[in-house]
Amino acid sequence: MKIAVCVKQVPEAGAAKRIDPQTKRLDRGGEAGLNAFDANAVEEALRIRESSGEGEVVLVSMGPSRALEAMRKALAMGADRALLLSDDALEGSDLVATSRVLAAALEREQPDLVLFGQQASDSDGAVLWAAVAERLRRPLVSQAAELEVGDGKVRAKRQTEFGYDRIEAPLPAVVAVSDAINEPRYPSLKGIMGAKSKPQETLSLGDLGVDAGQAGEAGSQTEVYELSPPPSRGETVRIEDDGSAAQKIVDYLAERKLI
Amino acid sequence: MTTLVFLEHHGDEIVKNSLGVLSKAASLGGDVAGVVVGSGVRDAAARAGEYGASRVFVADDPSLEAPLPQPRVDVLASLVRDQGFDNVLFGQSILAADLASGLAARLEAGLNWDLTDVTADGDRLVGKRPALADSVLVDVGWKSTPRLALFRSGSFEAAPTGGSAELLDTPVQLEDFSSRSLLVGQDQEARSGPSIEDADVIVAGGRGLGKPEGFGMLEELAKALHGAVAATRAVVDAGWYPYASQVGQTGKSVAPKLYIACGISGAIQHKVGMQSSGTIVAINKDANAPIFEFCDLGVVGDVNEIVPKLTELVRSRG
Amino acid sequence: MRPSEYPPPFDPEEVIAAPSDPEPIEVGVLIVGAGPAGLACAIRLQQLLENAPGIAETLGDVPVAVIDKGSKPGAHLLSGAVVNPVSLRRLFEGRRRVADMPFFGSVEGESVYYLTRKHASWIPTPPTMRNHGNFVGSLSQLGRWLAEQAEEAGVTILPETSGERLLVTDGRVRGVRTGDRGLGKDGEPGARHEPGSDLVARATVLAEGTQGHLTGAAISHFGLEGENPQVWALGVKEVWRVAKPLDRVIHTMGWPLRGAAKYREFGGSFVYPMGEDMLTVGMVVGLDYRDVELSVHDLLQELKTHPKIEKLLRDGERIAWGAKTIPEGGWYALPRELHAPGLALVGDAAGTVNVPALKGIHYGVESGILAAEAIFAALQPGEVVWRPGALAPYDEAVRKGMIGKDLYRVRNMRQVFGKGFVMGSALAGAATVSGGRIPGGRYAGERDADQELLRSDRAKSYPVPDGKLTFDKLSSVYLSGNKTRDDAPNHIRIETRVPREVAELWVRMCPAQVYEVSTEDAGKVQVVVTPSNCVQCGAITAKGGRLTPPEGGAGPEYTLT
Repeated sequence: MKIAVCVKQVPEAGAAKRIDPQTKRLDRGGEAGLNAFDANAVEEALRIRESSGEGEVVLVSMGPSRALEAMRKALAMGADRALLLSDDALEGSDLVATSRVLAAALEREQPDLVLFGQQASDSDGAVLWAAVAERLRRPLVSQAAELEVGDGKVRAKRQTEFGYDRIEAPLPAVVAVSDAINEPRYPSLKGIMGAKSKPQETLSLGDLGVDAGQAGEAGSQTEVYELSPPPSRGETVRIEDDGSAAQKIVDYLAERKLI
Repeated sequence: MTTLVFLEHHGDEIVKNSLGVLSKAASLGGDVAGVVVGSGVRDAAARAGEYGASRVFVADDPSLEAPLPQPRVDVLASLVRDQGFDNVLFGQSILAADLASGLAARLEAGLNWDLTDVTADGDRLVGKRPALADSVLVDVGWKSTPRLALFRSGSFEAAPTGGSAELLDTPVQLEDFSSRSLLVGQDQEARSGPSIEDADVIVAGGRGLGKPEGFGMLEELAKALHGAVAATRAVVDAGWYPYASQVGQTGKSVAPKLYIACGISGAIQHKVGMQSSGTIVAINKDANAPIFEFCDLGVVGDVNEIVPKLTELVRSRG
Repeated sequence: MRPSEYPPPFDPEEVIAAPSDPEPIEVGVLIVGAGPAGLACAIRLQQLLENAPGIAETLGDVPVAVIDKGSKPGAHLLSGAVVNPVSLRRLFEGRRRVADMPFFGSVEGESVYYLTRKHASWIPTPPTMRNHGNFVGSLSQLGRWLAEQAEEAGVTILPETSGERLLVTDGRVRGVRTGDRGLGKDGEPGARHEPGSDLVARATVLAEGTQGHLTGAAISHFGLEGENPQVWALGVKEVWRVAKPLDRVIHTMGWPLRGAAKYREFGGSFVYPMGEDMLTVGMVVGLDYRDVELSVHDLLQELKTHPKIEKLLRDGERIAWGAKTIPEGGWYALPRELHAPGLALVGDAAGTVNVPALKGIHYGVESGILAAEAIFAALQPGEVVWRPGALAPYDEAVRKGMIGKDLYRVRNMRQVFGKGFVMGSALAGAATVSGGRIPGGRYAGERDADQELLRSDRAKSYPVPDGKLTFDKLSSVYLSGNKTRDDAPNHIRIETRVPREVAELWVRMCPAQVYEVSTEDAGKVQVVVTPSNCVQCGAITAKGGRLTPPEGGAGPEYTLT
């Protein structure tokens, strides 16, 4: 069984994140690591492989060549192979372009199961997997808080705003896991040592058979215009309690139709 | 300009979020239509006319009963192709996000998400999107039509206009792969109140409460406000409240309409988990607490005196 | 009252253990710490092994391994820094040039000022501090670059791996036991417990930097204490994005430190340009200070309000913050021997910092090179690398070479500042002129934790953080990217029931707000520790406690420090 895990390299949590005023895109120059939510997806892939006793876990990522570093952590956890889609023409790809390129790579790999993590901490977009599932023409299960794979099917407990849905879908399928599904393991020392020598392949757009005009900014259908500071919260209203604070709070909230 | 608004339903009701987006669409001008997809949804669809839709397309079929995204992509895609809508708008939800994204790939159309507003600028539409933990506002656009947009929950108020809409049945033709995901069961959660992720009101407690029993008082207030209770890392560490309620850098991120911070200093580790809340009310004995720098209403006083009184007053309002 | 009267519940012998892993991981040479010293050692070793395939073979599949407790090389590195390139040139001779290294440019000009609250008097640069020919850099970036060079050369780098115990049997160092990950607050294995491993090697190099955990235990175990006890300074720094580039390197003395001898406030500040749009500003203070209310972080905030400094930061934005200690004991505090059977001590862990010149990085690199050369020589047929004395040539090379010469020349300079700024400056001046012969003899040092405490009203003048120019500790810890699990075991050892004086000393000292005073009874207070704030600067070890490494991967994520 082949499981592909789509992962992303994102700016480190502490690194001063800024949007480059020139390109209007997130400045990815600083330090970067594996998107924390993707670790859940990698962990789940490893568990599925462990419980079925066989299988291959392939990491797929789109980014600059440095993104291989972030994938190394996932290789150290136990993934078998890393595939990086890297090309200058990929810069500035939006959902339409990114999903197109990822789907091309996944078609090439023909995995039985494609896993995604909950969301990307840099764009906070919880959307990529649905676009990829559409392009691959495969059934989708998202927000999986529990996952079982067997008998050619996936069985998932899907977390919604209202409770849990129990979903079944036949393989090959695309599943996005929520961060509640597992606790990602720490890589063992042997894992960290072995990561370097695991196969790491880089593919360009040419290798994928995707035209440069279909990727990056050229292939995107959305754009960014301006950046501005957010509307300020406004003045803080400050009161000292003289016994009437509770009433004043109620009046304040009522005025704003909050109660 | 023609706009299609996806009207999500739960039970027999169109969800508030979708109605808000519909009202916003109506204010943008042009022709506004809604679409409802499910089984036994005609009645719910009819009510959409009261919120600004001139037409509501209804895809009503038992095969559409389960709240799954992929069949809805098929319905909306053929609708957009047949009717030629310029814009397709969604109120963000788990279902809507999957639907909008799949639709974007199907139609090779631009999708902007997490928007809090949109304006018409000539023949352009410009969306407003908070980014980087809401520290910057980005203006985003679309290079082509149809333009797909997901709006953050609660961005718009639903404004009834008292109109009525023409209901139009939409044929349902599903792709082979769309109905392979099957809903085999549902567990609606029996909750005593909303989870902190879904709550419109959160009452949160920190060390300034003085003792763990203080949370009992906060639970009463939360109940009166139909809200949920959250806690800071410090009190969770001290065992005063469970980790599932922790809000902050190492806990959950929440953005309710109202966040009442009781005995919370407002250090950045907590702030980043709740700074996007609509209205922040802070009650703290320490006049220098950082929370007073970024709250909307700051009350310098004793939580233990103010909160019970507040609960009483809220209850008596009925 | 002295902090040393309340020692932490810690015995260095608990850090020493025999190998016990049924499946140890074997490497040729193990280096603990991916800082400039450790990486220079690794790179030099690979260079030597390149031309000695026979020796390389005897070292197995992983001839040279470097472990680091940070999430990646550079994550725990912090310095000013103005770097003397001499040792880096030596290391990369014929392979890389300084232009390939991630420096921000050479030092174009420098100024030293004596500050008072409102004024700045220019003073001529003391000869020991001249920086002509040196380069400004971020040590974190340099570390990352060195790690890349090391990996290219074939070194195996293992981040997120802490060295918890030194493995010793029969008086010989065998390697290191790495720390567990995924333990709960009470030390119990959690859901994703990953036990540590025994990493065994023919030779082990401790390049742990300031307050090296294994280094401290090794010095104690092998009786390697130097003539003077080691002492430290605490440096707290920030990196700012600025509108106007800074055109020179600035050092200051005087305010906000007090010159009177009773306070023992030795140190100063630095402001270094970092390219066109960034600069770094930091405050360094010796931890032999006495005032319970002294807080180096707050002194830095105060410093920034000085008109001369504030001007440089106007319209700017703080983008990084960090803190770390610096060993300041110099020549007489170096371990009696820098080696033991199967072991070598390099860099800041050994204390190779030249305080008057404010230099330590190139000595770290130099010591790493020398250790590599000595180890390589001891790996030759006919010698046994872990034989007692096999690495003595390393010790000799350090003492007789550049490091020893430079440190010997300034051997008493730091110590004389115990006499106060004026007297200290005079003696330091005399020392410079005399090439170190004045003052004669060895000025005995005292441990930082042995300093008698006093209390003044120092805290009154600390600025209230405004979130634009001045900042509180918690938001600073946040900016360091600190990733330490809330429910991880407490890695800090202190006596938690102490007199109020000692507790407040720690509360103020710690730049990361790890300590808080809670209840009081019978004249003592309870100190509460929040270990997840800790940025592992090491100050607590100097002032009466003991820092141990938390699980690998925890702590700050420095990138620009």
